[in-house]
Amino acid sequence: MNVRDMQLRMDSLVPHTHFRPVPGLLFLGLCLLLTGNVSLAKEAAPMIADPVIEARMAAMGGELRCLVCQGQSIAGSDSGFANDVKKEMRTMMENGRSDSEVVDFLVQRYGDFILFRPPVKGATLLLWAGPFILLGIALLVLFISLKRRGLRASEVSLSNEEIRRAESLLGDDKDGKG
Amino acid sequence: MKRLIPLAAFVVLVVFLGVGLLLDPSKVPSPLIDKPAPAFALPQLHNASETISNSDMRGQVWLFNVWASWCVSCRQEHPLLVELARRNIVPIIGLNYKDERNDAIRWLQDLGNPYTKSGHDIEGRVGMDYGVYGVPETYVIDQQGTIRFKQIGPISPDALQNEILPLIEKLQGI
Repeated sequence: MNVRDMQLRMDSLVPHTHFRPVPGLLFLGLCLLLTGNVSLAKEAAPMIADPVIEARMAAMGGELRCLVCQGQSIAGSDSGFANDVKKEMRTMMENGRSDSEVVDFLVQRYGDFILFRPPVKGATLLLWAGPFILLGIALLVLFISLKRRGLRASEVSLSNEEIRRAESLLGDDKDGKG
Repeated sequence: MKRLIPLAAFVVLVVFLGVGLLLDPSKVPSPLIDKPAPAFALPQLHNASETISNSDMRGQVWLFNVWASWCVSCRQEHPLLVELARRNIVPIIGLNYKDERNDAIRWLQDLGNPYTKSGHDIEGRVGMDYGVYGVPETYVIDQQGTIRFKQIGPISPDALQNEILPLIEKLQGI
């Protein structure tokens, strides 16, 4: 139905001919009203993903452990638990909460275990420092044993006779032929 | 002495691995122990127009048991709760977690209802506040509304006898 048809039809509804311009304006207003409504309906639709939130979800979801399927991340799991957590995270982000607020919310409920990277604190100090402590011990052992070996080598002393023999044996190599 | 060092290192390794084997990785310690129980107000399972909230239970020691009709382990745990309720030691409040109301009511009709009241948490929102990730779970909450113990998975007769009941007695004695 084009504008002209619509106008003609509305004209026939209006008995007074001197109102002629009005139905056209009415129609225009109606059109604006309708298109306005359509765009509002689109905005209200809940299923349209916000790319910013989805990017944050992808970045954070990989750092969070799914507690019922512990080898998997929240992002990588489709379990009921992971889906509930993801739903809650999206809701919080839509309400303008920051990443750290979302993580704090989850840690308060599920503990540090939900984080793949546990925070550095008293209970996890050994976990973080352990490898460096072991490396330190290994280096110390290496250093001490090398030093001991060095001492032992220098303790060996040769008699004059032995030195002469060694020199005569090595003498063939002096000109580098051998 | 020199030969003892590798032996000592080996023993330490065995102890660490042995302890690691005995731990159950599916049991994650709850951060809520010794913290106030999260507030909730839910419609009751049997009477949707009435609510049940944590503040209703102030001043007494109570058990908060998360259950669902779809949960297989709940069926295993259930007779123990029915027996506990019969002994009338401690009120048991149920959190009916992500369950259909009619299914849940029928389940209780078939197996017996140990709960003083059950809240109907269809969205699982209260469950999330309590850090529920595996049903059944059970919390022991004291007079001041502090969570004192959490059982993840079904309560075993052993855990009930040696951990939960002594704790309840101790808390009630204060």
